[in-house]
Amino acid sequence: MSKETIETGFDDHWEKRTIEVASGDPAPWSPKRRFDVLGKRVPRLDGPAKASGAAVYSIDVRLPGMLHGRFLRSSYPAATLTSLDLEPARRMPGVKAAIAVAQPGTPLRFAGQEVAAVAADTPEHAEDAVRAIVAKYDPKPFVVDLEKAQEPSAPLVFEATRVETKTTAGDIQRGNRSLPRKGNVMGPRASNKGDVDKAFSEADVIVERTYRTQVQTHTCLETHGVVARWQGDELTVWASTQGIFSVREEMAEALGVPKSKVRVITEYMGGGFGSKFGAGVYGVAAGRLAREAGAPVKLFLDRKEEQLSAGNRPNSIQWIKAGAKKDGTLVALHLISHGTGGVNGGAGTSGPLKNIYECPNVRTEEYDVFTNAGPSSAMRAPGHPQGCFALEATMDELAERLGMDPYQFRMKNDPSPVRRKEFEMGADKFGWSRREALRKSSDGPVKRGMGMAASVWYNTGGTGPKATVTIHRDGSAEVVHGLQDIGTGTRTMVALVAAEELGLPLERVTVKVGDTDYPYGPGSGGSTTTPSSSPAIRRAAWGAKRRALEQAGFNPDTHDVRRGSVIDAASGRPMASFEQACHKLPAEGVSFTADRADNHEDAWKRFINGTQFAEVEVDTETGIVSVKRVVAVHDCGVPINLLGLESQIHGGVIQGVSYALFEDRTLDVATGHMVNPNIDFYKVAGALDVPEIEAMILPVYDGVNNTDTTGIGEPATVPTAAAIANAVSHAIGARIDQIPITPHVVLAALSRAREERS
Amino acid sequence: MKAFTFVEASDFETAAREAARPDAAIKAGGTDLLDRMKERTDEPAHLVGISGIVPREKIRVESSATTLHALVTLAFLAEDPAVRRHYPALAEAAAGAATPQIRNMATLGGNVCQRPRCWYFRLEDYECRKKGGVDCFAFHGENQFHAIFHTEPCACVHPSATATALMAYGATVVTTAPGGGREVPLDQFLVLPDADPTVETILKNGEVVTAIKLPPPHPAAKSAYVKIKHKQTFDWPLADAAVVLHMDGRTCRQARVVLGAVAPVPLRRPKAEEALAGRAIDASVARQAAEQALADATPLAKNGYKVTLAKVALERAILAAAG
Repeated sequence: MSKETIETGFDDHWEKRTIEVASGDPAPWSPKRRFDVLGKRVPRLDGPAKASGAAVYSIDVRLPGMLHGRFLRSSYPAATLTSLDLEPARRMPGVKAAIAVAQPGTPLRFAGQEVAAVAADTPEHAEDAVRAIVAKYDPKPFVVDLEKAQEPSAPLVFEATRVETKTTAGDIQRGNRSLPRKGNVMGPRASNKGDVDKAFSEADVIVERTYRTQVQTHTCLETHGVVARWQGDELTVWASTQGIFSVREEMAEALGVPKSKVRVITEYMGGGFGSKFGAGVYGVAAGRLAREAGAPVKLFLDRKEEQLSAGNRPNSIQWIKAGAKKDGTLVALHLISHGTGGVNGGAGTSGPLKNIYECPNVRTEEYDVFTNAGPSSAMRAPGHPQGCFALEATMDELAERLGMDPYQFRMKNDPSPVRRKEFEMGADKFGWSRREALRKSSDGPVKRGMGMAASVWYNTGGTGPKATVTIHRDGSAEVVHGLQDIGTGTRTMVALVAAEELGLPLERVTVKVGDTDYPYGPGSGGSTTTPSSSPAIRRAAWGAKRRALEQAGFNPDTHDVRRGSVIDAASGRPMASFEQACHKLPAEGVSFTADRADNHEDAWKRFINGTQFAEVEVDTETGIVSVKRVVAVHDCGVPINLLGLESQIHGGVIQGVSYALFEDRTLDVATGHMVNPNIDFYKVAGALDVPEIEAMILPVYDGVNNTDTTGIGEPATVPTAAAIANAVSHAIGARIDQIPITPHVVLAALSRAREERS
Repeated sequence: MKAFTFVEASDFETAAREAARPDAAIKAGGTDLLDRMKERTDEPAHLVGISGIVPREKIRVESSATTLHALVTLAFLAEDPAVRRHYPALAEAAAGAATPQIRNMATLGGNVCQRPRCWYFRLEDYECRKKGGVDCFAFHGENQFHAIFHTEPCACVHPSATATALMAYGATVVTTAPGGGREVPLDQFLVLPDADPTVETILKNGEVVTAIKLPPPHPAAKSAYVKIKHKQTFDWPLADAAVVLHMDGRTCRQARVVLGAVAPVPLRRPKAEEALAGRAIDASVARQAAEQALADATPLAKNGYKVTLAKVALERAILAAAG
């Protein structure tokens, strides 16, 4: 360990801190460093392969003799499987294997739950064979509606005292089994700070309202699935996953083989958003089918199965009461939240309310309600878009009641200097000062409005990742790291971090990722990928570089490599070409494998912030909302690749627009089925629905790890729906208290407002 | 998808012969049929492809009628100068449908004959009246996108935007069949589910739509089509309206008014037509006509808002047509 004094801060807020740096780990980059390759706009390395179709995603993998797997699924929202006969399926043309996934006697708890699976030579034969399976069920009463499920007479989703929810890597805030459960309602998960009742009795202004959000599905373009191949007792799995190592772990456990015999590969991946960490019922079934058939099996879900069973963001009914003083000081917040993740928990929404604004008195009570619907899974900032929507609408309403501008109200109550700076940057770029003029400029039935919302996120990454960097005699380098690029550009991030540390141009660095045969990489979730991986990559590159310098006859303590030259570290004077210096390396080059060091204890501990501003047009005759513009201001430490970062923010905003206006998993209450299990009736924003998006980055140096990075995946989508809803409320002069903001919702809000006025 | 045999017909007569089998289905662009086959709501054993039939003329303009070949695509209708000039409501309806990819594949005949987009009908899990069952699940269920007129015995809405426009122009459907073809006005070709909820048209086995005929453009005719959709990219109409007005200065002499996405067929609204005839068209007249058009709507539990949207679509279409 060595003590290093570093500068932390942002913009014009700087502070010196002394941190302990692990031996063999470089100190965080100085804010004064002029980066050679970081912080620029670099097209992603795999862009051409993806755009041309050359990239082979897991769903594209074709192996000789490969079979196609398919599930039989329960069509009952609640039933007991009474008997299962696979023999008729085994006699169908092309069928090579058939397995039970649920055993007779098993309770089935949602329409679409897996019962059995087959593998056949063609997808069509597999489908025909599934239809030949004879399964008998004893249907049970069921409940799919969040409110009906809370009634004392509601059918119980879980009859036993124990709730059988499954947790997989990357999942957050699962059903906490120690919480009390009454009927289908589990909780509360409660928190209490200060004296909320007293604060309300002393508040000058109190607002109180119930907000509703819908169930959103992940809608990954590449559906969930794997290709599984046994060679003897060794299993290779091509998975569409956010965590090749967690898939390996779960496959090994479920199939009863040592982890060392399982290899998982994810070369290219088409979207996960939190739902793709585990082996999945599909992965385990594919492994079993492949073993039984003695041939590789591909089992990818179709779109309908994806919508029914592959995860979702729980819905919510959030009651919020908030109080403030006349001068705009927030004094009390009370949240009671109910949500359903179907047969899973994870419906909490209190994150934004507890962590954004300064408020001395806060009470939260969160309940998970079980229903006979497909299980939730972690989805891009679990709980936050829904919590942010309700909280930020409440903040706007308080501001309105106080006669304050919502921006001023937030500036007054936000304790984070970073986010206050982001409010300023965003308001300036967005033109917040035109807000009232814009509303007044509305002509005819089309009304215009502006809204804003804040976000918070937490994770800063952690230990576990390892990377190996090799420098070759020709001065080129390769990075080997078992990290999957889930479409976020992490492959490019790996190359950039190594290139910066090695002092090499990007094209001299080759990256190998996406294979459990490589040194351990983290699951891509919680916005922790870059802060977890990049410090290991930098450390490995730093170590390899020092070895190469040493081998080439330079003292690594007094020399460095920048822009392809060995330099004198103190003066910056070039001494030799690095490529030529590398000629002195041994034939095998030099390699260095490094672990990621612990987060620095004395670094600037802070949350990840962010704010978004939205401008909308609302046709008040039809209720159609058009989002014209979103300005998104975010911080994620030191930007590695501005282009990738902006692109990911755009993605977060687009998904947020879609959540705000369109997406809505619709269950038929009478029959318990999802009626829109596709991406036609399940509406997802298309090109014409996407606003002009301007991403702004506030670089922040907190010194937590050696690259000073945090993530952006989740923060980018947290405040979008909230900002849009506030903009719509502003435009139409009526509070939007539910999403998605459909024509029906807008027209109903307008009609309520008219009734209140008259 | 269930296994099937496939034959590519080189002309409509061959197609009609091949499709005469009771288990056959005709595939033009395939943008509707294949979805149903994948979900197994349709399991034809024999598929007759007609997309390879090359139209000698896509559009024929004569003094007696304008004839559109059944296999012209929606993309063609959206772009063809003659359609745009003489039948702008049809061009607009085609241009606003689906996505560019689908518009490049979907045919006019297929679009008019496409099956309803009711989510219960489209799912294998529901044996609804349209599939020969005894229930309309939408009637008491998730009916936010369903009919606000003629909600029984089947509350689906006709999905075709072009059909809304075609009906306003008074189009006729031309068919061929092994026993001889026929020409039927579109408003008789498309039928309410009263007699047989399992069909939307009068097409018989082996009968193939070969063309759509439109009356020649009236010199005084002004027309418009307005579609209200939730998403602006690829969405079905929540409500749409097509109007053809014969104008004399600001005064409307005669009107044809059709609402779409509100009933199992595109719906002529005679009372609205009467409210327009002989009147100088302004916002207030348009509003009165729209009120008349929706006066007898019978919305379901979750689609009352569609009454408002249909009114707005119609008002805007009237004003757009009147210029």
